[in-house]
Amino acid sequence: MATAVATDVMIPQPYLVRDVSKETSDTFTLKLAPEAGANGNSFQPGQFSMLWVFGVGELPISISGDPGQHDQLVYTVRSVGQATNALVNQSVGSGVGVRGPFGKGWPVEAARGRDVILVAGGIGLAPLRPVIYEVLHHRKDYGRLVILYGARSPRDLLYRKEMAAWARHRDTQALVTVDYGGMSWRGHVGVVTTLFKYARLKPSNSVAMACGPEIMMRFVARELETHGLSRDDIYLSMERNMKCAVGFCGHCQYGPHFICKDGPVFTYTQMKPLLEKYEL
Amino acid sequence: METLERIIGEHPFFAGLESYYTGLLVGCGANIRFQPGAYIFKEGEEANEFYLIRSGRVALEIAAPQHKPIVIETLSEGDILGWSWLLPPYQWKFNAHAVLDTRAIALDGKCLRTKCEQNHDLGYEVLKRFAQIMERRLEATRLQVLDVYAAR
Repeated sequence: MATAVATDVMIPQPYLVRDVSKETSDTFTLKLAPEAGANGNSFQPGQFSMLWVFGVGELPISISGDPGQHDQLVYTVRSVGQATNALVNQSVGSGVGVRGPFGKGWPVEAARGRDVILVAGGIGLAPLRPVIYEVLHHRKDYGRLVILYGARSPRDLLYRKEMAAWARHRDTQALVTVDYGGMSWRGHVGVVTTLFKYARLKPSNSVAMACGPEIMMRFVARELETHGLSRDDIYLSMERNMKCAVGFCGHCQYGPHFICKDGPVFTYTQMKPLLEKYEL
Repeated sequence: METLERIIGEHPFFAGLESYYTGLLVGCGANIRFQPGAYIFKEGEEANEFYLIRSGRVALEIAAPQHKPIVIETLSEGDILGWSWLLPPYQWKFNAHAVLDTRAIALDGKCLRTKCEQNHDLGYEVLKRFAQIMERRLEATRLQVLDVYAAR
């Protein structure tokens, strides 16, 4: 029986590309729908899928869509190599294999009744977008929503229109910064940690979730701790080379953890000793 | 009506400063406003003031020959602008211009240096605060030069 379950999770399900939209020069959002027309694509914010481009390879990609929308799965993909390039160049109607969803996601249930602080860098906003949808769909269940987002330049910002719309929601503060701003950019310039001083935080009743380059998360977690959040209330989404996605192959082992199965979301308490080891 | 003493005392940079010292600072301060696009100072000019930003946004920019100026940092409400007034040769190292309509308190650098020399307790309080700002900005700059979002 165990073998049958293991086999099932290793078999990609056929999906069709419903839409491909360009977010930035190298980043695209794909909407996939099951070929069989099923309507049961449930996932937890922060989970990921393995996307199979037939004849090219398989990739772990975080789900970036609305968890309340069950007729499709949405992924935001940065084209940085052969497989991601093939994925973002899929035409509407072409077939893609999907395994998952996998992994332990963001603590959206544990965050109910508390303020939610989201800190994203670059494409790290994509795995956090489902949390934003979840909070906004159940607005009364959560306290303040604070979104701090940093990118390399104004041209690299994801979901710009949505970000502006999120900022207009009640009890929501959305701040955006870029590392390098041109003269026409009227927003903040500086790394994402510089936004903390402008954020209205209530650390004693807040849960923070951060996603972005690992070094950014190191600095962000330290900053959150300096502001008074406990390490158990700071969550980080980690990334390693995931292959099987179910803890069999060991490719994504990080210290004692398998990122695919035990994560990708971990508390800062779990990650702090590992983040400070350069060898890992 | 807001007094200058109250505005200075409530600015995050001077948080926790005894009111006696705030009183000393008032004599060096003045309200000031910059329209969007207005230059507050330019590289090489004499650095006579620093600014407690009350609202708006200021961009620090650096220009290299044959390149457009690059904005390296922005500062907003609650930030301070400028520390070149504190150390010789008292010259600005960057350009600063208002991005948005910006209100600030301008503190006269010479006046403040004189008061800090006369009262070393005040000088220590001011330097402690500047040291903290410098440390934070240095850390942020180090992270910025890593270009962490670049594709690798």
